[in-house]
Amino acid sequence: MALERKIRELKEKREKMLLGGGEEAIGKQKAMGKNTARERIMAILDDDTFNEYDMFVEHDARDFGMDKKHLPSDGVVIGTGTVHGNPVAIFAQDFTVAGGSLGLMHSRKITKIMDHALQMRIPLIGINDSGGARIQEGVNSLAGYGEIFFRNTISSGVIPQISVILGPCAGGAVYSPALTDFVFVVENISKMFITGPEVIKTVLGEEISMEALGGARVHCEVSGNAHFFAMSEDECFSQIKRLISFLPRNNQVRAAVIETLPPKSTYDINKIVPGDPTLPYDVREVIRAVVDDSDFFEIQEMYARNMVIGFGRMGGRTAGFVANQPMEMAGVLDVDSSDKAARFIRYCDAFSIPLITFVDLPGYLPGVDQEHAGVIRHGAKVLYAYSEATVPKLTVILRKAYGGGYIAMSSRHLRADFVFAWPTAEIAVMGPEGAANIIFRKEITTAANPDEVRRQKVEEYKEKFANPYVAASRGYVDAVIEPSETRRLLLHGLEVSENKDIQMPWKKHGIPPF
Amino acid sequence: MEKKETEKLTIDQTQYTTRLSSRFAGRKQYAPPVPGRICSFIPGTVVEVLVSEGDTVNEGDDIVILDAMKMKNRLKSHIAGRVASINVKPGDRVTKGAVMVEIV
Repeated sequence: MALERKIRELKEKREKMLLGGGEEAIGKQKAMGKNTARERIMAILDDDTFNEYDMFVEHDARDFGMDKKHLPSDGVVIGTGTVHGNPVAIFAQDFTVAGGSLGLMHSRKITKIMDHALQMRIPLIGINDSGGARIQEGVNSLAGYGEIFFRNTISSGVIPQISVILGPCAGGAVYSPALTDFVFVVENISKMFITGPEVIKTVLGEEISMEALGGARVHCEVSGNAHFFAMSEDECFSQIKRLISFLPRNNQVRAAVIETLPPKSTYDINKIVPGDPTLPYDVREVIRAVVDDSDFFEIQEMYARNMVIGFGRMGGRTAGFVANQPMEMAGVLDVDSSDKAARFIRYCDAFSIPLITFVDLPGYLPGVDQEHAGVIRHGAKVLYAYSEATVPKLTVILRKAYGGGYIAMSSRHLRADFVFAWPTAEIAVMGPEGAANIIFRKEITTAANPDEVRRQKVEEYKEKFANPYVAASRGYVDAVIEPSETRRLLLHGLEVSENKDIQMPWKKHGIPPF
Repeated sequence: MEKKETEKLTIDQTQYTTRLSSRFAGRKQYAPPVPGRICSFIPGTVVEVLVSEGDTVNEGDDIVILDAMKMKNRLKSHIAGRVASINVKPGDRVTKGAVMVEIV
């Protein structure tokens, strides 16, 4: 009977802990459209798979009256479970307990589950909802953040790390998400910034709302800090589950292979790309016309839209897609789009996900602001990322591929394994207008009718060089193909390169143009 | 996603039909710096203006003390000349890039 009593005691203790900050605090949380920490975890994990640890952990801070304060589970919930049957480690800060503030024990719980994730080589999901450092615990809370950042960095490229911002995430706290692979945000709920509106107002005299400074939309559209935007927590949770379905558990294994489904017949690959290289179209239609089940999962959809990145499956296996988007800024490479593509390429390489690149770009974006913003070093990131990537690299040149942009977009010269070009491809040092004006400057300026001569020379150049055959004659393009052959050749290329093995020279690590 | 109209973007003398990003549309026109202008390099509060209109100043002379980011910054003249205009007084809050004193 003693056992029964003890079990009853345990149940009571657990129930108390499961209430977190109590009914009132939970009511406030709900009123903001927010779920509680444990509800969020359950919503992401498969049913009945969540196992919580460290439920009874308590802080032992003594200063500022903390010795009299009881904070259930110290404001953070940790555990393990599965998503689509794949094991994951997860933590969720509990805003109902002292505003989810991070003290020493709170951080020790997080680092405990991070250590598990790394040692077990399983993905880590972190749900952030915290007012920041627990000021009463002083330097101990700083130490806590530091220990988290260190583990984020060491785990980077070993296990997938996902951050979910479901509340405030301010000050130093933002650097944990920034160090992870993917950041999820929700409209009106997520707030991220280093210094809040109050500080900005007192120091700089600039007035701005929290939402305009660091809301979900801002980080998805402007800063590029976040990767997935949702209108509600539920939408966010289904995005997370979908992302995980594409990812391998760690950098030593491949993502799960699923049944191969053909692209949907609604996408007619012959009708998407206009022949005139100056006309726009949505390159995502090309991806959907090629990828299994026409199912393309776009990343950073709202940021630097002139570059499209995301996951899809080819023959049931995960592939990473990178594509210039002629619909936006003519698909140019600029500071932001280079940054976006380069990071994704490195992600795919780290987790052995083959890269498929669709090329259609006029080159780099000219302008003082671009030059001063460092388009040289940012643009170099794309070259660096493609060059160092040892995963299978397949390239399809759809239309224009001019100048430095041609080189950067997974060209043969950066060791692409297969380079295909559609007959509409124009692989040249620059566009016909610009090239003709330079090469034939004398003929044009000295002619009696310069406009007529210019038009002739542009036509001449187009005829001779604006095609895929010059590059094909040098072997820079492996095959000029019909659009309808694209999927078959990509599938074949991936099959052939399944066991690709390249030895790189020994190095501690490279020095990418960060 | 909002549906924006397509516009023209010229690269290497070729005109492309495409949508323009808000970053591109909102980019600042480049203006070369004018050496005689004493501008606030960050937003702050004017503590003191050390010259008066019509004064002659040498290169390197302190012109304005600007309180910004918890520092009292001494802003110096880049040129020798005459103070043509003073646009601020002590206590004024200035935004980044505001012209506080002009020297010709």
